[in-house]
Amino acid sequence: MEISLLQVESGKTVRITRLKGGIGFQRKLASLNIRVGKTVRKITKQPLRGPVVIEIDNTQIAIGAGMAMRIFVEVK
Amino acid sequence: MKILLVGNQNVGKSTLFSRLTGVNVITSNYPGTTVEFKEGKMKLGREMAQVIDVPGTYNLEPTSKAEEVATRMLKEGDIVINVVDATNLERNLYLTFQLMEKNIPVIVALNFWNETRHKGIDIDVKKLEELLKVPVIPTTAVTGEGIKELISRLNDAVPHSYRNSDKERWTRIGEIIKQTQKLRQKDHTLLERIEDLTIKPLTGIPIAIMVLFLIFELVRFIGENMITYIFEPLFELYTPLAMGLSNYLGPGVVHDILIGTLIGGEIDYVQSMGVLTTGLFVPIAMVLPYILAFYLILGILEDTGYLPRVATLVDNIMHKIGMHGMAIIPMILGLGCNVPGALSTRILETKRQRFIAATLMAITVPCMAQIAMIFGLLGRYGIEALGILFGTLFMVWVVLGFVLSRVMKGEIPETFIELPNYRTPCMSCMNKKLLMRMRSFLKEAIPFVLLGVFIVNILYISGIIGFISDITAPIIVNIIGLPKEAVASLVIGFLRKDVAVGMLLPLGLTMKQLIIASAILTMYFPCVATFVVMFKELGMRDMMKSSLIMISMAVIVGGLLNLIL
Repeated sequence: MEISLLQVESGKTVRITRLKGGIGFQRKLASLNIRVGKTVRKITKQPLRGPVVIEIDNTQIAIGAGMAMRIFVEVK
Repeated sequence: MKILLVGNQNVGKSTLFSRLTGVNVITSNYPGTTVEFKEGKMKLGREMAQVIDVPGTYNLEPTSKAEEVATRMLKEGDIVINVVDATNLERNLYLTFQLMEKNIPVIVALNFWNETRHKGIDIDVKKLEELLKVPVIPTTAVTGEGIKELISRLNDAVPHSYRNSDKERWTRIGEIIKQTQKLRQKDHTLLERIEDLTIKPLTGIPIAIMVLFLIFELVRFIGENMITYIFEPLFELYTPLAMGLSNYLGPGVVHDILIGTLIGGEIDYVQSMGVLTTGLFVPIAMVLPYILAFYLILGILEDTGYLPRVATLVDNIMHKIGMHGMAIIPMILGLGCNVPGALSTRILETKRQRFIAATLMAITVPCMAQIAMIFGLLGRYGIEALGILFGTLFMVWVVLGFVLSRVMKGEIPETFIELPNYRTPCMSCMNKKLLMRMRSFLKEAIPFVLLGVFIVNILYISGIIGFISDITAPIIVNIIGLPKEAVASLVIGFLRKDVAVGMLLPLGLTMKQLIIASAILTMYFPCVATFVVMFKELGMRDMMKSSLIMISMAVIVGGLLNLIL
């Protein structure tokens, strides 16, 4: 089932299926290796619409909630 | 020959830069520490080569200003050292591929090599070199490992001019990774567990509050003790010399300027206001100890990689005042000195964010030199007086930020930052950084303080201060409730805020007046050094706007404090 990264439960490992946005958005995400097909672990989400924190290739990244909403993933 | 250091953010370019050139630069463990191009020279065989540290970039398609500049720099370079984070090979190779399309010789420095081992990453360097068709040298810039080899192989670098689409690049990178990198399963290390604990809100926020409190207490503890046990005794040794000079000079203008006013027949280092008494005592015995303590602790904070995590934790609150989390970095650096604080606003993407951050910092963040003097002055009234002052400044920060973010239109770009892996700070790097910062403090502060004290005396003797005091008296006396003599301190505050705070002491102010005066001195205007940097960063129009906000906020807050306290 495809859900957004924002909705994923903390602690779960998921696979990226779709990035909803233009070339600029895709490129920005790709700079930290967030691409379709990559596996990520959601570590936590900050309260009050704060950023989502994920781990990808052993690196932690903080992603604003608005961006996380446009990253779609499949729970493994 | 021109050598360019190009790579993603936070891959250690600046550390490598100082290794190659011997030029000391500030390095830390978070993206965007280097906001300006740094140039240095290194010896290469018989000739001197120019080395340029290009700020971190992920992409050479000119989508942002930083990338445009990086692309332009490439045209001028003769060879590129592509600094690559070996623990993040896949995403770093994207830039490598783009570089290899630019027809410029490329050599890859596989940095953080020492970290691959305990992270369970095996990279077949030979194979990687074969596949990329450029020299690849494992390096650890902090220790110097691999630097010699890197230099000796610069000549092997060859230019390529591939043409790849985005998709082709990633496919090619995927193949290369598959053939050259093996990941071993391994247990979570202690540092990794701490990484998780400090970023999860439930544990992270209490930890952040504790860290903040600890920093404050440590700076005070270290500063106070250095003053009592080192610097004050030092000046006691100097007193006979200064008194000797005082007796030799006898009363007169020269005595007033050099020694100042004797209080009860003795030199009072805080109040005498002579160039050779207060002028030396303020920067060395009152300010320097705190600066040293602050930068010692800031160095640790920067090098561990904790700051971007704090930025993430406060991101939601910061959005309410028009900035995102990383804007705490200018605030924290501003606590040391407003100049690097103003410069570091460049890590924020939009003009609006930079304006809000720079203005808020200049208004509400007192620099450590000023804080040290405030500790000296208000400290005797205990934690209450300090609490009122810093609480007021914090409230102004929140309220003004909230108002500015409503008044100024514009979106805040979404937060998107890498949280660097925690690293044990390297002692020699921290020592170097501390030394650099201390040296620049001494170089800037002492001459300016001496000049400040000198000008104070001239202004008094010539009667200029009296004239300005009379003009501004209605505001200062009626609205803010300070004696009109306090104006002198505001005039000098433009030059050095620490001297300005010191000038309040002889006025015999009450605790309330001291709090108000300290708050106003923080807010009304930046010191000249900060002003120049802000002017350059914001431009004339925005700087004028910012200045107007500063002056009116100082009057409003001063007036309010006068009513409430």
